[in-house]
Amino acid sequence: MRETRYATYMTDQIGPLPYCPGCGHEPLIKALDGALVKLQPDPKDVVIVTDIGCIGLSDRYFATSAFHGLHGRSITYACGLKLARPELTVIALKGDGGCGIGGTHLLNVARRNIGITLIVANNFNYGMTGGQHSVTTPTDGVTSTTPWGNVEGPMDLCGVAVAAGAAWVYRATAFDKDLADTIATAIEQPGFAMIDVWELCTAYYMPRNQLKKKDILDLLGEHGLERGLQVDRPRPEYSARYREACQAGKQVTRNKPSIEPSHSNAVTKQTGIVIAGSAGQKIRSTATLFAEGSIFAGLSATQKDDYPITVQTGHSVSEIIVSPERIDYTGIDSPDFLVVLSADGLARVRARIEKLSASCILYADEALELPATKAQVRRFPFAELGRRVGRSYLATAALAALLEESQLFPSEAFATAIESFQSAGIAKANLKAVSAGAELARRAA
Amino acid sequence: MGLAFIEGNEAIARGAMRAGCDFFASYPITPASSILDHMLRLLPETGGIAIQAEDEIASMGFCIGAAMAGRKVLTSTSGPGMSLYSENIGLAIMGETPMVIVDVQRQGPATGSATQGAEGDIQLTRWGTSGGLPVIALSPASVGEAYQLTCLAFNFAEKYRAPVFLLSNKEIGMTKESVDLDATPLPPLLERKRVPSGQKEYLPHFFDRLEEVPAISDFGGEYVARYTTSTHDKSGYLTTKPEVIQEMIDHYAAKIENAIDDIALVKEDLEEGADTLVVSYGIVARSAAVAIREARSRGRKVSSLALQTLWPVPEKRIASALAGVKKLVVPEMNTGQYLVEMERLAPPGVEVVGVCKMDTTLVSPGEILERGGLL
Repeated sequence: MRETRYATYMTDQIGPLPYCPGCGHEPLIKALDGALVKLQPDPKDVVIVTDIGCIGLSDRYFATSAFHGLHGRSITYACGLKLARPELTVIALKGDGGCGIGGTHLLNVARRNIGITLIVANNFNYGMTGGQHSVTTPTDGVTSTTPWGNVEGPMDLCGVAVAAGAAWVYRATAFDKDLADTIATAIEQPGFAMIDVWELCTAYYMPRNQLKKKDILDLLGEHGLERGLQVDRPRPEYSARYREACQAGKQVTRNKPSIEPSHSNAVTKQTGIVIAGSAGQKIRSTATLFAEGSIFAGLSATQKDDYPITVQTGHSVSEIIVSPERIDYTGIDSPDFLVVLSADGLARVRARIEKLSASCILYADEALELPATKAQVRRFPFAELGRRVGRSYLATAALAALLEESQLFPSEAFATAIESFQSAGIAKANLKAVSAGAELARRAA
Repeated sequence: MGLAFIEGNEAIARGAMRAGCDFFASYPITPASSILDHMLRLLPETGGIAIQAEDEIASMGFCIGAAMAGRKVLTSTSGPGMSLYSENIGLAIMGETPMVIVDVQRQGPATGSATQGAEGDIQLTRWGTSGGLPVIALSPASVGEAYQLTCLAFNFAEKYRAPVFLLSNKEIGMTKESVDLDATPLPPLLERKRVPSGQKEYLPHFFDRLEEVPAISDFGGEYVARYTTSTHDKSGYLTTKPEVIQEMIDHYAAKIENAIDDIALVKEDLEEGADTLVVSYGIVARSAAVAIREARSRGRKVSSLALQTLWPVPEKRIASALAGVKKLVVPEMNTGQYLVEMERLAPPGVEVVGVCKMDTTLVSPGEILERGGLL
């Protein structure tokens, strides 16, 4: 037990609170101080997080740690602090304006249940910038930007927080006698807790709408809203759940073993290989295995892929470069080998085929209608091969055929990559495809 | 990790882990998303936190909060997300927040060619938030450099208490390369300078000399901590005194600008008597390397600077390499964003030629040779 009791969490170093006479912010801030006095946390372990708006002027009057950020974003900084140091008491203050511009943060902190306390100083307009209307301005309310009366409907902040899944939500007014106790209860919640504190802005909203203090209660009635606890349904706080979900033993990272070059190769220059097929033909993953095979054969490799955003449709094209030297330029202006396995793939590389040079070897399914090209065309029954080895393994078989003919590096290196990086069942099918592809090339020769 | 076949984004994630990153927040966007994927898997295993935020603004907000609570933080995005990062970049500068921001650039503006490479965010990074204060930005040319520069970015962020940008590119982020990360030379890791224990109070922005980086006390540490978006004095309290405000602004600028010799990472390949200098960075530096080899094989005398630091501009190194040069060639995957800086630095009489394009394809060695007049 600490010996000192803190009589206040506010500092008198910078003078009295700066609020207009009668403004609801002052009783709210004093109630927050009262709540802290009740709870007696170490001031340095309390962070008052504010953003822009008159309520955002308040953090510096606290002797606690304080974080003053950008408009409507206090929830995000508060969450960052809380996630980084769950032991801190993190209290975010924001206005109704901040709940508009930062609305998504309110929804998401409620949904995630990050254990911060949010206190909304809700005075129905933007006090700091001259009394413009906010998301909580009542319909017909007069503000500087609704001179004829507000035609928009107000947002029920508590209702929104409840709908988003908040664990603890309370609607109060700045005049509540028990506001300090309410705030203390909110701070004690392990999960996200929000208090929507209805107030009056004496500078703008109150005079423009001839409101008096007691009218706040009528306003609540007019909106069909109740004061008091809106919801109290505790559930595990985010950080606790996160730690539980990520506990050791639930490792999701598959650390690939590193590659030890163990095969020879016959590549003498940077060589570009393009393979074009369809979604579902495992073009990309097979290209990776092929490239990894080349690294097992002592080569450098690069790979880039081209596929539609809707990944299970259309073309899938991979570009592989293998080289005995470091690869500087990763583009393939003129491929040395181009493999076309399907009509989707052909459509994607058609323009490229038309520009191929005579030194390029083009492997294509025998049924595909190719455009005119200078490349040396090698026709293979890829469709039939695919039926034999399985659609997912055709790319492997085709690249094995290419290896058999080109002798860039031994198909054993390709097989080593498959065995090293694939699960046993898939590796078995892929190794069969390597044999089938090589056999097809040998027969063709 | 020994010899492996990985993409640049994974190298950045592994670099961050190597640098001791223990907090990450990001919003999905191609071509940066796989950094998020990797961090979400790698970080929890070491006790760190990785979270997918509701948007880019929240990503930055989470990271700034966590950084000031003592975490080493990383966030990653691409061009459209950089636009949303803007206001919080200003906050990170104002609050002297150590953090690393990765921009895996893609072709824009707006959604652009989703998702193809470009380098269209070079000037956005320098001038991307209000106030116009200097920033630190590094740009890797390869998967290996992505790993290395991520570690350096963390060091600079900690050392200079500032946001540090890593400007990658879809062409690195989503290209796999054979690389041995374990064999990549790395700097010793740095930690932010922390306020010693037992002081009377903590002044969050205390400095004697303008360029001095203030020692930090984390939120949740020994001292009451303060942070503010508003103009403030050394104590972190709001101030309206013009002379104090000017001193703080001069401090933010001086701590970065005075550190240029430490920050400037330049790969020099100078040739005696060269009449042409090629200044390149990022993925295009590799096309430039091929082009320069080819030009030299044809008897041309060409020097090369491949910049790894883009901001602040390594002006001294560039000026020195410009001595005696008649032509300066600047290839870029944009409309000439660094070209502007080179035109500013080139002495009168030096012809400055941009080899610029932003059509989603790499600037090829052939284009540099031809348009740069190196044939």
